[in-house]
Amino acid sequence: MAEFGFDTLAVHAGAQPDPATGARITPIYQTTAYVFEDADQAASLFNLQVFGNIYTRLMNPTTAVLEERIAALEGGTAGLAAASGHAAQHLIFHTIMEPGAEFVSARQLYGGSVNQFNQSFKKYNWHVKWADATDPESFKREITDNTRALFCESLANPGGVITDLEPLARIAEDAGVPLIVDNTLATPYLIRPFEWGAHLVVHSATKFLGGHGNSLGGLITEAGTFDWAKSGKFKTMTEENPSYHGLKFFETFGDFAFCVAARALALRDLGPTMAPMNAFLILTGIETLPLRMRRHCDNALAVARWLEAHERVAWVNYAGLEKHPLYPQHQKYCPKGAGAVFTFGLKGGFEAGVKLVNNVRIFSHLANIGDTRSLIIHPASTTHRQLSDEARVKAGAGPEVVRLSIGIEDVNDIIADLDQAMRA
Amino acid sequence: MPTTYPDSLIARILRSVKTIAMVGASPNQVRPSYFAMKYLLDKGFKIIPVNPGQAGKEILGQKVYATLSDVPGPVDMVDISRASDAALGVTDEAIANKDRLGLKVVWMQLGVVNEDAEKRAGAAGLTVIMNRCPKIEYGRLSGEIGWYGVNRRTIDNRKPHAFNKGGSLTRG
Repeated sequence: MAEFGFDTLAVHAGAQPDPATGARITPIYQTTAYVFEDADQAASLFNLQVFGNIYTRLMNPTTAVLEERIAALEGGTAGLAAASGHAAQHLIFHTIMEPGAEFVSARQLYGGSVNQFNQSFKKYNWHVKWADATDPESFKREITDNTRALFCESLANPGGVITDLEPLARIAEDAGVPLIVDNTLATPYLIRPFEWGAHLVVHSATKFLGGHGNSLGGLITEAGTFDWAKSGKFKTMTEENPSYHGLKFFETFGDFAFCVAARALALRDLGPTMAPMNAFLILTGIETLPLRMRRHCDNALAVARWLEAHERVAWVNYAGLEKHPLYPQHQKYCPKGAGAVFTFGLKGGFEAGVKLVNNVRIFSHLANIGDTRSLIIHPASTTHRQLSDEARVKAGAGPEVVRLSIGIEDVNDIIADLDQAMRA
Repeated sequence: MPTTYPDSLIARILRSVKTIAMVGASPNQVRPSYFAMKYLLDKGFKIIPVNPGQAGKEILGQKVYATLSDVPGPVDMVDISRASDAALGVTDEAIANKDRLGLKVVWMQLGVVNEDAEKRAGAAGLTVIMNRCPKIEYGRLSGEIGWYGVNRRTIDNRKPHAFNKGGSLTRG
């Protein structure tokens, strides 16, 4: 078939008219279960011998359209949805790790991921080692025989870091482990990690993919390029599975085996399923992803430039600015834009930060990113309040730091709002 | 294993083929060849299992033959579920029985790649597919596999036909 452009895939991929009714928009299949044709078909479905629907914890026709959509947009072989980005990460690591195994992660991560890796994963006896997203060699130094994966964000939250994916993918390949990329802030519109050699991509679809701040969701997609059998370390993928009478996932499903295994084992047993209604809302959001991302990035660059020149602003950390140290990486990996989430520092410190978030009238003061609305947070007085002064600075949440997620409103109104709030 | 084929070729094969001899068919319910055989039987293909260790027995109600040379014709396609090394011998036997069986296609399963076999079968006028599963390709092109979130790499603005009657593959 012809290769379709990104904007066409964003509208159409995975969404055929409904087989039962001809409905053009993907229907919301609000059902828990699906009738079997007969006992033999039921057995075949449970054994994964035929393709079909069993129970919505495992699969749902609305959600399946979203899964195929993200796979198409990322250039992957298959997708899998979960209740949230965190749930998606849980499913990935449950499929890759064994008790006692390690993975190496960039330390420049969404704080929620840091907690998940440092705290909750430890209860499974999975161990994270930290590296520097701006220094691929720092990952190499942490790799041992026990390493099962490398993990990073393509654009790191809260912003400013664009990860050098190409050498990182090579390091992963040499070590015989997959590179997992959280592509939430970039979306496949800006960066497609598989084109740089990554093996798995994870999303919080709650952010720019859904785009409207109305639905939680997580997505996984696989490149189909990783050889799960070669090292013998990925037992879930290669060994006989007792809950499927001895089926071997990689051997049976080939280049989309990871998503089948993550669905048929991790999603089945851990249970963090995306609701069909959320899949529908996220699908609707993705139809306008290219339009929104263009506007998000244009607005973010204009706001960053304006802030850079503002008398009350100490610094702006946005890789879309020419003098930013990672500007060359921006040109290499995401020339269409450096994203819409970034931080800046106020000369007036903590008090100025509190004043700003209290006085904005268009920006919403809340702990989320990737909404059509412009969002603002002052980490030192909110998300990072519990930390010591020293720990806050180390986490990039010093007293003067403000994080913005720039929306798609009129950019003049966004700028005017920041200006009046800083001067109030 | 760089084996890519246009969707139009795969679809043409799966639409035109009626009888498939599955070399390496297994009675073990968790082997991929068993999955594929069961699925393709459900879709209305006639499947003739070939496996010397099972000769004379039945797999999924179909009589098993020891070798391709024992299989009565007509057979449109040979599907090889064996190690890549063994694919050459099977292909040679397929070529030797080509006219008797009316054979048109040699298909090697996912993970099976043998370039010598590909060359010889191609020279004998047979269409060759390697490193693909007919079950997965059928599921992909009929739309069914989309239920597993698999990227079918197609866009279709038409309502699919009932899957159990062949889905999109029934459209000419």
